Amino acid sequence: MTPTGVPGVVETIEAHGETTLVVDPARIVEACTHLRDAEGFNVLADVCGVDYLGWGEKEVAGYIGTATGRDLNAAGSQGFQRVPEPKPKRLAVVYHLLRVSDDPARVRVKAWLDDGEEIDSVVPVWPAADWNERETYDLFGIVFRGHPNLVRILMPDDWEGHPLRKDYPIGGEPVRFSGEP
Amino acid sequence: MAVMPAKRIYEGTRIPSPCPTILEIDPAKHALEDILTVNFGPNHPSTHGVLRLIVDLDGEEVAGIRAVIGYLHTGFEKSMESKTYWKGITYPERIDYLSFQANELVFVLAIEKLLGIETPEKATWMRMCLSELNRIHSHLVWLGTSALEIGAISMFWYAFRERDMILDLFEMVTGVRMHTRYFQVGGLAEDIPEGFYAQARELARHMPHAVDDYEGLLDRNAIWLERTKGIGLLSAEDAVALGQSGPMLRASGVDWDLRKSAPYLFYDEVDFDVPVYTNGDVYDRYKVHMDEMRASARIVNQCVTRLEELRGTAWIADDRKVVLPPREELHTSMESLIHHFKIVTEGYLVPEGEVYVAIESARGECGCYLVSDGGPKPWRVKFRAPSFAALQATATCVRETLIADLIAVAASLDPVMGDVDR
Repeated sequence: MTPTGVPGVVETIEAHGETTLVVDPARIVEACTHLRDAEGFNVLADVCGVDYLGWGEKEVAGYIGTATGRDLNAAGSQGFQRVPEPKPKRLAVVYHLLRVSDDPARVRVKAWLDDGEEIDSVVPVWPAADWNERETYDLFGIVFRGHPNLVRILMPDDWEGHPLRKDYPIGGEPVRFSGEP
Repeated sequence: MAVMPAKRIYEGTRIPSPCPTILEIDPAKHALEDILTVNFGPNHPSTHGVLRLIVDLDGEEVAGIRAVIGYLHTGFEKSMESKTYWKGITYPERIDYLSFQANELVFVLAIEKLLGIETPEKATWMRMCLSELNRIHSHLVWLGTSALEIGAISMFWYAFRERDMILDLFEMVTGVRMHTRYFQVGGLAEDIPEGFYAQARELARHMPHAVDDYEGLLDRNAIWLERTKGIGLLSAEDAVALGQSGPMLRASGVDWDLRKSAPYLFYDEVDFDVPVYTNGDVYDRYKVHMDEMRASARIVNQCVTRLEELRGTAWIADDRKVVLPPREELHTSMESLIHHFKIVTEGYLVPEGEVYVAIESARGECGCYLVSDGGPKPWRVKFRAPSFAALQATATCVRETLIADLIAVAASLDPVMGDVDR
């Protein structure tokens, strides 16, 4: 069942049997506290970032599927040219919540951020957010206000850049080979 | 701005504050001049990989701890963004290298969910069968190494004897002993070899007896009991607050298993028990692992029965836009050759969208968040790593323990560093 009356919700999306609540980033703690206390989402399964820089620029080919499987003979089932839906901002922070009880449920909370925009930390709501938010900061450079220890976690402390951003090149780290001067 | 409550998150919790993953020295309890800071790892043999713990010791007591991870960070998620889905299946197995098939399965399930493709019944049963064998494999490695670290050296050989039998099965089915890449989008890579059924059944018959043997060796071993009972305590509330899953949660008294609570594959059609223990110590985590091996053996047996009935049926969906055509057709059919070429070089296209799929791996909730822009390569893949969540409980579990117990506690969290660092 879709949670209703959550503060700060901008949009509710139902797709693939999953519910996504798009939340105003300024009210993320309020929304998460409500989801924990009123809706019973007691476990924060995951927090991650997504960088949508360059989304839709390649005008990729997608195809239309049906719910029960795809009809290969139907027209346009392959090679149907379309541009993916544009996204409101460059970065997204995605929270996957889980209700561990006799009535299990999952919900995805999403907040859109521009590059350099900050968001409140949800560590006071779920202590489990600690390392997840550090990882998101480390890999995407998203700053979580109020996080008790927001330092790099996977990359070395003196690393420059945030590797999972789309403008961070793969193979960008120069490798020195033996015998090289 | 949201601020952490000054004292504690809620009454009765052992989670440190203000930072839930760092145990800071309490100056009221410990004279700071007596504190010795020890670097535990990253290359200590009993840290299960490259985990570094910075431990503040007051005598033998652990007064403070912080974990440093990232030594095994290889950027799997970044690499996968530049590989087609078809090639990307190879990556997740390397993330959690002990329960490789769970990661492979969750990625394949996520792609299938976006594609809306149906898999044949035989493939689903085989996926379940191998996942459970993989769970036994992972638990055996955990048991062998954890017991070894506390001094029960012989356990290592016993556990690895049965582990080898499982790897033999993997080799028979897939051709490789680890990192099998046997699950494909749409089904399985190949049909099940005829010899598998009998050998898997034999293993399922043997496994409960083997677990009895292990328990016979450990449960009456006074040293083992002394070193595991009442150590590394984690309450049910703290486990939930720290996002724990799998054996960690079930050893703390929370009856939660995704195979029962949110069944995927055909888990609702098989009969098995979910062990739940309430003390939340190292011993209970060990008991959960042991009982799960018995339960997995039961599931394997039921899967083999179903698979035997499905002999001769298809093992992969007949969808030429996604699934490679049968090898023999390539010599006679032009279309098959084109399809084969297109899938291998360009990859198949996955409709735009985002999904999160979670399964119960050997260490808990293994999730895959997949974002597609409609192209042949994933836009973003994120793995929800159960070991990553488990390690966050370290600071809570080692409160008021001794340095020697730290080894037992760290082992009981069952972290696989590849899974933690990705």
